[in-house]
Amino acid sequence: MIHSLFLINSSGDIFLEKHWKSVVSRSVCDYFFEAQERATEAENVPPVIPTPHHYLLSVYRHKIFFVAVIQTEVPPLFVIEFLHRVVDTFQDYFGVCSEPVIKDNVVVVYEVLEEMLDNGFPLATESNILKELIKPPTILRTVVNTITGSTNVGDQLPTGQLSVVPWRRTGVKYTNNEAYFDVIEEIDAIIDKSGSTITAEIQGVIDACVKLTGMPDLTLSFMNPRLLDDVSFHPCVRFKRWESERTLSFIPADGSFRLLSYHVSAQNLVAIPVYVRHNISFRDSSSLGRFEITVGPKQTMGKTIEGVMVTSQMPKGVLNMSLTPSQGTHTFDPVTKMLSWDVGKINPQKLPSLKGTMSLQTGASKPDENPTINLQFKIQQLAISGLKVNRLDMYGEKYKPFKGIKYMTKAGKFQVRT
Amino acid sequence: MSSNNFTYNEQSGGGEATELGQEATSTISPSGAFGLFSSDLKKNEDLKQMLESNKDSAKLDAMKRIVGMIAKGKNASELFPAVVKNVASKNIEIKKLVYVYLVRYAEEQQDLALLSISTFQRALKDPNQLIRASALRVLSSIRVPIIVPIMMLAIKEASADLSPYVRKNAAHAIQKLYSLDPEQKEMLIEVIEKLLKDKSTLVAGSVVMAFEEVCPDRIDLIHKNYRKLCNLLVDVEEWGQVVIIHMLTRYARTQFVSPWKEDDSLEDNEKNFYESDDEQKEKTDKRKKTYAMDPDHRLLIRNTKPLLQSRNAAVVMAVAQLYWHIAPKSETGIISKSLVRLLRSNREVQYIVLQNIATMSIQRKGMFEPYLKSFYVRSTDPTMIKTLKLEILTNLANEANISTLLREFQTYVKSQDKQFAAATIQTIGRCATNISEVTDTCLNGLVCLLSNRDEIVVAESVVVIKKLLQMQPVQHGEIIKHMAKLLDNITVPVARASILWLIGENCERVPKIAPDVLRKMAKSFTSEDDLVKLQILNLAAKLYLTNSKQTKLLTQYILNLGKYDQNYDIRDRTRFIRQLIVPNEKSGALSKYAKKIFLAQKPAPLLESPFKDRDHFQLGTLSHTLNAKASGYLELSNWPEVAPDPSVRNVEVIELAKEWTPAGKAKKENSAKKFYSESEEEEDSSDSSSDSESESGSESGEQGESGEEGDSSEDSSEDSSSGQESESGSESRVENKRTAKRNSKPKGKSDSKDGEKDNEKSKTSDSSNAESSSTEESSSDSESESDSESESESRRVTKEKEKKTKQDRIPLTKDVSLLDLDDFNPVSTPVVLPTPALSPSLIADLEGLNLSASSSVINERKALHPKLGTKGPPGDAAE
Repeated sequence: MIHSLFLINSSGDIFLEKHWKSVVSRSVCDYFFEAQERATEAENVPPVIPTPHHYLLSVYRHKIFFVAVIQTEVPPLFVIEFLHRVVDTFQDYFGVCSEPVIKDNVVVVYEVLEEMLDNGFPLATESNILKELIKPPTILRTVVNTITGSTNVGDQLPTGQLSVVPWRRTGVKYTNNEAYFDVIEEIDAIIDKSGSTITAEIQGVIDACVKLTGMPDLTLSFMNPRLLDDVSFHPCVRFKRWESERTLSFIPADGSFRLLSYHVSAQNLVAIPVYVRHNISFRDSSSLGRFEITVGPKQTMGKTIEGVMVTSQMPKGVLNMSLTPSQGTHTFDPVTKMLSWDVGKINPQKLPSLKGTMSLQTGASKPDENPTINLQFKIQQLAISGLKVNRLDMYGEKYKPFKGIKYMTKAGKFQVRT
Repeated sequence: MSSNNFTYNEQSGGGEATELGQEATSTISPSGAFGLFSSDLKKNEDLKQMLESNKDSAKLDAMKRIVGMIAKGKNASELFPAVVKNVASKNIEIKKLVYVYLVRYAEEQQDLALLSISTFQRALKDPNQLIRASALRVLSSIRVPIIVPIMMLAIKEASADLSPYVRKNAAHAIQKLYSLDPEQKEMLIEVIEKLLKDKSTLVAGSVVMAFEEVCPDRIDLIHKNYRKLCNLLVDVEEWGQVVIIHMLTRYARTQFVSPWKEDDSLEDNEKNFYESDDEQKEKTDKRKKTYAMDPDHRLLIRNTKPLLQSRNAAVVMAVAQLYWHIAPKSETGIISKSLVRLLRSNREVQYIVLQNIATMSIQRKGMFEPYLKSFYVRSTDPTMIKTLKLEILTNLANEANISTLLREFQTYVKSQDKQFAAATIQTIGRCATNISEVTDTCLNGLVCLLSNRDEIVVAESVVVIKKLLQMQPVQHGEIIKHMAKLLDNITVPVARASILWLIGENCERVPKIAPDVLRKMAKSFTSEDDLVKLQILNLAAKLYLTNSKQTKLLTQYILNLGKYDQNYDIRDRTRFIRQLIVPNEKSGALSKYAKKIFLAQKPAPLLESPFKDRDHFQLGTLSHTLNAKASGYLELSNWPEVAPDPSVRNVEVIELAKEWTPAGKAKKENSAKKFYSESEEEEDSSDSSSDSESESGSESGEQGESGEEGDSSEDSSEDSSSGQESESGSESRVENKRTAKRNSKPKGKSDSKDGEKDNEKSKTSDSSNAESSSTEESSSDSESESDSESESESRRVTKEKEKKTKQDRIPLTKDVSLLDLDDFNPVSTPVVLPTPALSPSLIADLEGLNLSASSSVINERKALHPKLGTKGPPGDAAE
């Protein structure tokens, strides 16, 4: 399956290579560089590149290309999904996934990669198992290792590998038994010029952070499970139980994991919590354009909107912008033409606004289209779909865990066309 | 793959070796400085010393640096002798790093690599399964042809290992050995056959992978394991699921008859898919009445459905393609929702999924129509995603939604991403041809775009308008005139050429303008692009034929220019046209027909989706993505006319026994050995307490899945009783351990699959009865066991039950299939969940959403930090 893996940074250096079968020369990456050149932008590099003898499948994350080399037919998503899993694992191990971090931890990276694939076929991708095989580096452990000479390679087969619940190891112990669930919903929306919604949908996830002793069996039920239209589960969730009772029954993985992601059915109208009033105009005659946007709350169920961030890709003709925000800070990068405005909290009494002028290239014709405005925001303690967790029960263990649930609504891909 | 692949591997390996050599020198030489060269050498010297020191820490340090070198692609092969000495190191991390090194360089230093083999052979006998497994892994990864016999032996032994983890590694090793030495195929197939019978979910994925690599054509090996694989599927790890699903899709296409024919009449655009000639139709009609889905076929479709909920995009895609290729058309609809869900994922996943949706949406618009808005383009999407979405939107366009779509397209046309804007214009053109109602609207819209400021947009519009006008023989004089005026401003060659061609075609409709255009073109001929020059020649020829009075001189001038052009194509074309249109004594009969030749009615071009012809590739494959056959692509066969004998899949006691009785000598040895070692090791495991927990646990789990182990694999009549006894003994021991562990659990609550506790219970007792009938002694024990069986295994347990009930029945009626279960519904179940627009209960749900947080039992964390939050009484919900 997967023959080799090359990690390439944004300046085109191959800084790590790993082969699971015979060595494939790194010159194969030339085809990749060629494609990269043609694509001009990193995110336009095609994920699948055929070369005379190999196929290059790549993912681009954290400004690093992860290029897998394969030789024969294989479902492309198989490879792509695996590469993403590799990135997730690195992130899990080192906190961030960046070139310097990978270079600093090259041995651990190599050991992890060695365990993840055998002859190109995934062997262990569950991070629980990997962490037992190869312990993630911490400062404490590095110190201890240098003193005692112990290693961060486990010598026992992780129990998870063989059990029916590979995501959980046996013999977990905590002094504080706690289980936290974060219901996070993201609104994807396209709002048109006049402020009416073109398309809007809600995607949600429930992230769990479970630190419970032993082998607890949890049941999570919802007040209104019908809202969930399409769901995908962590492997621990019992599917049959969901089908019949619409409750989530599972033996949780240890630590943080994504329990569920869901999509709220499209029939329900999505409440859009913010609106943007905009007045952006270019004039043919003068080299100055007017720019004015105001952000305000709408249908927020009485909650405050925080972390508002407005970004917009201005047309090429815009040379500079002189703007004054009523609150927050703004920046305009004259090279990338990216305007961003960090608004912060929205005070409904005094709506934040950003006003000013744009200086345009003289002689250039006015742009056809006004820039699209991308919006980010957060609303705490609110799940915009109205999803509500009813109760969480634990079976199989005697102690009483502390349970908590948190709701949050965020903007996903939220665009306002102007 | 197979042999070709192998030789290629060799080559690339060899090539690599030399290249690495070059690289090594090149990294050193360009610096030119002697100092650097020597320091490099010194560094390696230094590493050698470290490796030979007595201290583990020094060795470890050295190995870490060496691995760092390998990772950077630097050549570290000269350290081989020093490294290989450490292969037997006690320090596990050093050992692992040495393994990494060995696997990388053994191929280049085959002789030295042999030094390490004995260490692995010893490790293969280690009591620790992790060490056994990793020894096998490394041994099989050393690509040294001399050790093929040793590998073969190791694989055979490991395939009978007690630990499923080791067996999994054996399955991986099969592929490695095969790529090293394809001669071993026959022997390896035997091992595959044995491992396919394995009941462990750990092994299933890997062995199917080996099957796909080594002998994908030996479909007969699957028959007996088909039902087992279907039933295990949910519990197999996700990567294995993908491989198994792809394999089973192929299997189903060879073993079952097409389920599509019954709803042939319902689907209108299915016909071309079948290439149905009349004969076949008749047959179809006949069979339509008699078609009943093979229960095994149904089993596969039913058991893969839950996997649509997987978090792994590859699994979802695999199930989607399975439904697409083998499920009845009426049931395929459920996959669209899951595929649309994947669109939220990373751009690479989106790219692949959108490609597949594009192919599907050509054949069956209805599937994705409800999700139309999910394909709307965002300005932040990468261009390749945008164009794919556009493609799908075009495929989904119909009379009902076209007006909304056109409005959406209007925003796209204005996009700053001009490549995308151009693609949108093409899309509009395609919509215009597909949906006749909007042709005029689209055409008008495109004409408006002609006054756009951006050249690319205008050019693209011209090209599309040209195609549209060609399709419509109606008078469009105005548009042509407008375009003729544009010729002064447009510089994009394709657009200019298109306008010229259009004027040439319609020169009789614009008699005044056409000669004038030609005049202008004659002036600028020399500076035009080749593409445009050719069209100028064409225009001149056409005008000469229709309006020779005005244009004769102009034409001759242009033909003269063309005669001395630098491009031979244009010179050729000039000569050709001159002969054809200018009559002279030499010219043959053809020139009489010149007008007919030039001004013939030309068929309008078809604006087709680029995904039109991709459907002959299996969806979700690399070949589909590339639209070209990738090496190793396995063709999906057409449905057989008549289904092959379905009884081959029946797993029956007698037949299996027959199957198991050795056909060849080797087999006999194998089976005997396996049996022997297993029973022996079982005793071992029960004796040795330290290691046994995991192993025996897994063993019991394995038995759990396979109630039939007793009568299938090791049913040699006399031994069976004792074997079973010991087995059940160990099982109950383990179970006891487990129950002890979980005795806190309330009994009744244990299992409530499908919420029918009563039903379930009775079933449980049923099955335990069945069990007790087979292992008569521990009846009371086993009953309590199965009652308090952990919920964690509920799925598995029910499966076990299913199997058991089945086995109970088999002796009674031989033909009863696996599917004869209570939860099986032979009528094609309505898989699409009917979601009423607003059911009363839903309204109730929605009303409960006032978010007052009054009735919620669970405590909400008020603050971000969990512990700072207002703690409610802990655990009140559990009461």
